Amino acid sequence: MTASPSTTAANAPHHAKTGDKTSGKNSGPRTIGGRKLSTKITATVILLVLLCAAVAASLLFGARSVSLSAVIDALRSFDPENGDQAVVASRFARTIGGLVVGAALGLAGAGLQGLTRNPLADTGILGLNAGASLAVVLSMAFLGATSLNAIMIAAFLGAAIVMALVYLVASVGREGATPIKLALGGAALAVGIGAITNAVLMTSKATLGQFRMWQIGSLSASPVETYLAAIPVVLLGAVIVLATARACNAVAMGDDTATALGFNLGRWRLAGSIGIVLLAGAATAVAGPITFVGLMIPHAVRLLVGSDYRWLMPVSVIAGPILLLAADTLGRVIAPPTEIQVGVMCALLGGPIFIIMMRSGMKSVSL
Amino acid sequence: MSVKTMEPNTTEARAAEPKTVSCEAPAASAQAGKNAAARRAGRTRGTAIAMLLALLAFSAAYIFWGRDRLPAGEILQVLSGQQVPGTSFIIMDDRLPRLAVGALAGAGLGISGALFQRWLGNPLASPDVIGVGYGSSAAAVLAMLVLGYTDWRANVFSLAGGLLVAAVIYWLSASGKRTGSRLILAGLAIGAMLQALIQYLLSRAEINAAADAFRWLTGSIASSTWEQASILGLGLGVLSAFVLPLVLRQLKLLELGDDTAAALGLNVSRARVLLVFLAVAMGALPIAVTGPLAFIAFLAGPITAALTRGGINILLAGLTGATLVVVANFFAANLFADISLPVGVITGAFGAPFLIWVLVRANSTGNGG
Repeated sequence: MTASPSTTAANAPHHAKTGDKTSGKNSGPRTIGGRKLSTKITATVILLVLLCAAVAASLLFGARSVSLSAVIDALRSFDPENGDQAVVASRFARTIGGLVVGAALGLAGAGLQGLTRNPLADTGILGLNAGASLAVVLSMAFLGATSLNAIMIAAFLGAAIVMALVYLVASVGREGATPIKLALGGAALAVGIGAITNAVLMTSKATLGQFRMWQIGSLSASPVETYLAAIPVVLLGAVIVLATARACNAVAMGDDTATALGFNLGRWRLAGSIGIVLLAGAATAVAGPITFVGLMIPHAVRLLVGSDYRWLMPVSVIAGPILLLAADTLGRVIAPPTEIQVGVMCALLGGPIFIIMMRSGMKSVSL
Repeated sequence: MSVKTMEPNTTEARAAEPKTVSCEAPAASAQAGKNAAARRAGRTRGTAIAMLLALLAFSAAYIFWGRDRLPAGEILQVLSGQQVPGTSFIIMDDRLPRLAVGALAGAGLGISGALFQRWLGNPLASPDVIGVGYGSSAAAVLAMLVLGYTDWRANVFSLAGGLLVAAVIYWLSASGKRTGSRLILAGLAIGAMLQALIQYLLSRAEINAAADAFRWLTGSIASSTWEQASILGLGLGVLSAFVLPLVLRQLKLLELGDDTAAALGLNVSRARVLLVFLAVAMGALPIAVTGPLAFIAFLAGPITAALTRGGINILLAGLTGATLVVVANFFAANLFADISLPVGVITGAFGAPFLIWVLVRANSTGNGG
């Protein structure tokens, strides 16, 4: 219980330059920064337990209820003839998908928020998903891309181009790339990209049929091999983004301080961006565009373990899948016999949370 | 970027520029100010005339060079009131109503976008970006795909959806007290949620119905009728005649800042509600008929501002919107020989570079947020 005060040192005023605008009451550092090591470990353990629960729920619950023993049987010795076990197999695929995609999106969001000191950063809000969508549609419609690798490469390129464009456009002007300029620019570009995507889809009903299921953001559309194929890319992206954690901590103290501490910010941001694009592109390629996960997860995790990115980033990897699996499972049971796709669930859950964060004047979201 | 530091800049730059010069400066610069004001008025007039000419030129061009090539003589006969089998139908029941609906829709969207942009002092805060447009779209898609309404009832839904979303965003942003960034962010979040809803409805529908709804979502004036044109004309006409003049007067006061406006005797909250209602209604009426034509609401205002080298003139933005749609319609019919693209595809594809131009322009002048 006698944690030294030095553990708080890492929590330099996070988003300091964005603070105390809308009301004076937020002027104090309300961001929960310095967590004791024991608190961090406890939070991590609880999240791991929750993750196990989410995986179990994802395997157990759905339109058709399956007994626990059937799940265990299916995992031990799979029998495709058995109806219950076939259901478990399909749920197994989307559980793997939820783990991979959730981890990728959660970490991508943490990386985006850290490297840009932008509390609103999210792969959906900044238009990365829209760019990936357009690239995927173009490759489907004009290059006849059907293989996962082709779709994934297209998604990377689309996400990377939009990310570069949004930052380029937002950094014009005196104040540089402020959070709201980025958010508005991303939203506006997403509208434009969406119009072009629609235009391409208009020309082909077949592509529309294939695409409208993908575009909604769903874990039920792909076989387990697809998700497994995305794992190496996600791992690579994760290693790169996790390596930027110290740079993110420095950036939290302001660009000047980070530079003074010896970080070449341009280089770190470029490297981090590559990792983020790998994560977001892989997630979008296998599950379609899913918004708000990358926004919600880092904020929630920050409340639990504080704003030290060396903790925040790995814990986001655990928390992302919890949200995605919970949303997916909820979408399966909320309106039987139909399913509500995970992309819709995340948007419906994330939108209100975004607004609550904004309204409560949480320091990290006030602009 | 703080709201408090940003907004006074933009409002002062807009509202006070001619005034400070002409009221407080000595005689010589008062003269210069008058000259500047006169030049601005001249540019506005010139832009309006150029827009009108472009509108008429592209309308005429479309009548003569629509999708099917028709003999010019027959077209002239039809226009002078004679009946020519085939040609009469194409001109009177297809091309002319299309032009009428397109021009009216463009005008409504242009005015709607310009009102939002002026009020929020941010050229990026057009209704299609901040979620109001998605409200209209989602409600109309709901009416079409779930309830099976394709007639005027879809229009009512679209209008109601836009108003409802605007009301929610307005409420979330502390009743719109010029908390610019808050209103915009709430709009973005709601827009993302509504997009997900639209995606969901599309994925649940049967593929042909989904394709129809999709076509509508892209924005098309291909199936325009005189009936639609008259509904649109009546709705927009009533709003423009009875509500718009009042809102324009009040907007000038609102742009001086809430305190000043209140000191000058304006009921600020009532004026804001009326402005939001008008802006949403002018945008939702066209959306109900044509679908959300991409970028018209977004681009009309900034284009007029660039052409007149001044602020956004609301009426001129309406004219610009109409011209943009008519021009896009001409290209939609003639650009590709084998497929007839919906006009929304053209405005979307050709609007994208302009969009980036508006973003860069807004950011470099410090208006982007």
